[in-house]
Amino acid sequence: MYIVVVGGGTVGYHLSKALLGEGHEVLVIEKDAAKVERIEEELGSICMQGDGCEAATLEEAGAERANLFVAVTDEDEDNLVACQVAKHKFNVPRIIARIGNPKNEALFKKLGIDVTVSATNLILEYIEQEVPTHPLVHLRELRKGELEIVEVKIPSTSTAVGKQVKELPLPSGSLLSLIIKEEGVQLPTQDTTLEAEDRVIAVTKPELEQALRNILTGS
Amino acid sequence: MKVVIMGCGRVGSRLAALLDSEGHQVTVLDVNSGSFRRLVPTFKGTALLGDGTDEDSLRKAGIEEADAFVAVTQGDNRNVMAAQIAKHIFNVPKVICRIYDPLREELYQTLGLDAVSPTTVLAQLLREKLVE
Repeated sequence: MYIVVVGGGTVGYHLSKALLGEGHEVLVIEKDAAKVERIEEELGSICMQGDGCEAATLEEAGAERANLFVAVTDEDEDNLVACQVAKHKFNVPRIIARIGNPKNEALFKKLGIDVTVSATNLILEYIEQEVPTHPLVHLRELRKGELEIVEVKIPSTSTAVGKQVKELPLPSGSLLSLIIKEEGVQLPTQDTTLEAEDRVIAVTKPELEQALRNILTGS
Repeated sequence: MKVVIMGCGRVGSRLAALLDSEGHQVTVLDVNSGSFRRLVPTFKGTALLGDGTDEDSLRKAGIEEADAFVAVTQGDNRNVMAAQIAKHIFNVPKVICRIYDPLREELYQTLGLDAVSPTTVLAQLLREKLVE
């Protein structure tokens, strides 16, 4: 695969190194001469000095034959513009942007940059999973946000404790997919009984999340 | 008209003064409070410290009720991003942004942004003056 990486900082460097290791053809575009030199010294001549937001630079980089375009500079606005130029001017089929401000995820999506990676969000998610302050934890988004996988811990005060799955008024559009009990993992059936401290992995539409939470954790 | 201007440089501050003197309600945003010294002493609008690519700062600047948004910072990409936030997230009726790079300006024009490239405009102006 031909992959163009914009930004040769720490993320860009390690990303390119890993991609090269997987046998991909990689080109890094970096503004700063010192960074270009470092990459060339360590990874070979795979780096080009220039502004990855400029159409002329991307043209020189052969962006029109790129299979994947990844923008990982420190600045959200630079990543946004680089990705928009790659998408609209060079029709690169797959585009990934790094973002710093988690709020920009929604904006980038709205502007057609579907895949964004936010270190801030990732760390927040890990904190949520490691130190659960909420009874409902988001695990993953599916189909561009149409569905999500969530984990819900059943508190001992919940009215769902002692009930079978078929007794729960689950909204259609949400599904209990897995129940993690102390004795192990179970695929829930209609007859499975929920107990306190069970952890339920559910697939749900985002708009039904609140209803699902109320049914599983409400007292 | 309620106008939010992002960037209080020479252009931003001058535009703010013009609109203000015509009786429009102007808010100027800049990340550097030192930039506000460029505003004329008679300026009656609001000067607000904040980043126009941040939704919260824009909300504070009253973007939700604004009739127009103008992005004139030194950074093309910052202008482009802020203008797209104003247009697509806050649905501001009139959004204009400055893009120095003519190629980028062209692209964003085709993407529906009202963009002005001072480079193109000035080059054209100079040419006319020269060959007149």
